[in-house]
Amino acid sequence: MSQPTQTGPAAPAPAGSAPAPARGARPRRPHRGGAARRAGSRALHVLLLPVVLIGVYAYASATSSSYYTPTPDLIASAFVELWFSERLFADVLPSIARLLTGFTLAALIGVSLGVLLGMSSRVRATLEPVLEFLRAIPPPVLVPLMILLAGIDDSMKILVIVSGCVWPILLNTVEGVRAVDPVLADTARCYGIGGTTRLRVLVLRSASPQIMAGLRLALALAIILMVISEMFASSSGLGFAIVQFQRSFAIPEMWAGMVLLGLIGFALSALFELAESRVLYWYRGLRAAHRGE
Amino acid sequence: MNHQGEHGTMLKVTGLQKVYRGGATEVEAVRDLTFDLAEGELVCLVGPSGCGKTTLLKCIAGLMPPTSGTVELAGRPVTAPPPDMAVVFQEYGRSLFAWMSVRANVELPLKEKKLGKARRAELVAESLEAVGLTAFADAYPWQLSGGMQQRVAIARAIAYEPQVLLMDEPFAAVDAQTRADLEDLIRAIWRRMGVTVLFVTHDIDEAVYLGERVLVLSSSPTVVQDDITVDLPAERDQLTTRQDERFTELRARVYAEIQQAKNSAKGAPENPADGAGTGAARASTAVH
Repeated sequence: MSQPTQTGPAAPAPAGSAPAPARGARPRRPHRGGAARRAGSRALHVLLLPVVLIGVYAYASATSSSYYTPTPDLIASAFVELWFSERLFADVLPSIARLLTGFTLAALIGVSLGVLLGMSSRVRATLEPVLEFLRAIPPPVLVPLMILLAGIDDSMKILVIVSGCVWPILLNTVEGVRAVDPVLADTARCYGIGGTTRLRVLVLRSASPQIMAGLRLALALAIILMVISEMFASSSGLGFAIVQFQRSFAIPEMWAGMVLLGLIGFALSALFELAESRVLYWYRGLRAAHRGE
Repeated sequence: MNHQGEHGTMLKVTGLQKVYRGGATEVEAVRDLTFDLAEGELVCLVGPSGCGKTTLLKCIAGLMPPTSGTVELAGRPVTAPPPDMAVVFQEYGRSLFAWMSVRANVELPLKEKKLGKARRAELVAESLEAVGLTAFADAYPWQLSGGMQQRVAIARAIAYEPQVLLMDEPFAAVDAQTRADLEDLIRAIWRRMGVTVLFVTHDIDEAVYLGERVLVLSSSPTVVQDDITVDLPAERDQLTTRQDERFTELRARVYAEIQQAKNSAKGAPENPADGAGTGAARASTAVH
C-alpha cells in the first residue's frame, strides 16, 4: 500500500539547542547572570535583521517617489490609528476567532481521523484514494462552493480554513500512529494497557512529534486561508479590510494591515512553539540523548 | 520432566509449534516444544542464535498465537497476554515510555490493574528500592544509562506482582559489568519474591549462573534438546560461583550440547524472527 506523501518533515526540527541533561542527573538550571547575558545576546540576534530590513526599506521608500511605498513612519501611524480603534473588534478579533476555530476543528478532525486510519489498514485502504483526491483540490477554489453551501457568514470562512488545514495534520498523524514502536506496543499489551488508555498514553503520545509537525504546518496554512476566505463576499476581517484599503487607495493602511498579519503570524507561531516545547519536552531530551551517544 | 518438586506446575508448554507462512515459503521456527516450570522456579532457556527463542517467548507471553500446541499458566490456557505475567524485553530503550518519568512508567500498569493510590505508591517505592533507583523516580528514562533503563523495566515488572516473569535476553545489550550486577539483582529478586522466572538468553555462563535449571534448545526447527538441573548452591556469587568446579562442568556440558545442536543443523535455514536483535553478544562463551 502506498504511503501518503508527506506534506512536511516527519518530525519537527529541534528549535533552539537545549543542552542534553547530564545522564543520570536531573536537568540543571543555568546560572542567573549567564541566563540574562544569553537573553540579551539572543534579543540582539533576533532584532538585528528586522532593524536592518526596516532601515533599508525606510531609505528606499524615502528616496522613492512611488505612491505605493509609503515611509515606515506613515505606515506606523496608520497602524496605530487603524488597529487601536473599533476596527480591532470589527476586523481583527473576528479574523483571529475564525482562524482559531478553523484550526481547532481541523486539529480535531485531522487527529481523530488520522488515528483511525493509522490503526486500521482496512480503513486506510478504503479511504486513501478519496482522501488523496480531496487533498489535491486547492482550498481557495472551494470558496465559491462554500458560499453556495454555507452562505457568506463565518461558517463558510471556517470551512475553508478547515478544508486546507486538515491535510497536514491528518497525514502526519497517520504516519505517527503507524510508527508506534512494536516493542512498546507489545509491552503495553503485556501490562494490560488497552482501549482509551492505550490511545492516550501510547498512540497519541508516541505520535505527538509528527502530530505537532502537522499542526505547525496547518497553523501557517490557517493564516493564509483566513485572509483568502475574507477576500470574497465578506464584510469584515483582515482580508476584507486589506482589499478594501487597496481598492480605495488607502496605501499606508493597506501596508499596516499586512504588517498586522505578519505580527499575528509571528505571535501565533511563538505561542505554538511554547506549547510544543512543553508537549515535546521528552522528545527533545530523547533526541539530545541519542545524539550524545 | 519431573521438576515440580512440592509445588504445582506454574507454566506448561505442550507440543508448541510455530510456522511462519509468507507467500509460498514456510519457515518452521519452532517444531515441538514441551516443558514445564514449577511454581517458584528460575529456569534459563539457552540455545544457538536463530533457534526461535524470541518466537517461543512471544507465544508464551500470549503476544503471538502458536501454529499448534498449547501454553498454560497456572492451569489456564494462554491466548492473550495473561494478567499475572510480566515481560522484560531486551530492547530496554524501546520498552519504556519516553514521555513518562521512571515513577510513571512503573505505576502505569498498576493503574490499569485498578490498584488504589496508596497501594500503587507502596509498590512503586518498593520496586524502585529493590533495583536501586529510588533517587531517580522523577527522571525520564532517556536521562539514564542503558543498565539503569533496564532496571526501570525490571522494577515495572516486579511492581506488577506477576506469578510468572518472562525475560527475553534482557542483558544482551548492556555492558559486562552492568550485566553481572543485573544478574545478581535478578537472583536476589527471585529469592525474595518467589516468583517463577523464565529467562531466555544466548549466553551459556549467564544461563548456568542464574538458573536452577537450564533448558537447552536445538537449532531451528526447535525442540528441547536437554534439560539440565543446576545443582549449585542457592547463594551465588560472581567470583566464587564462576570459579566453582561444578559451574565449569555444567557450563562445559551446556556448551557441548549447543555445539552439537549447531552441528546437527548445519545447512538448516535461519529463523527470520530471531537473530536480528541478538547482535550484542558477550565475548566469553556466547553462542555464535
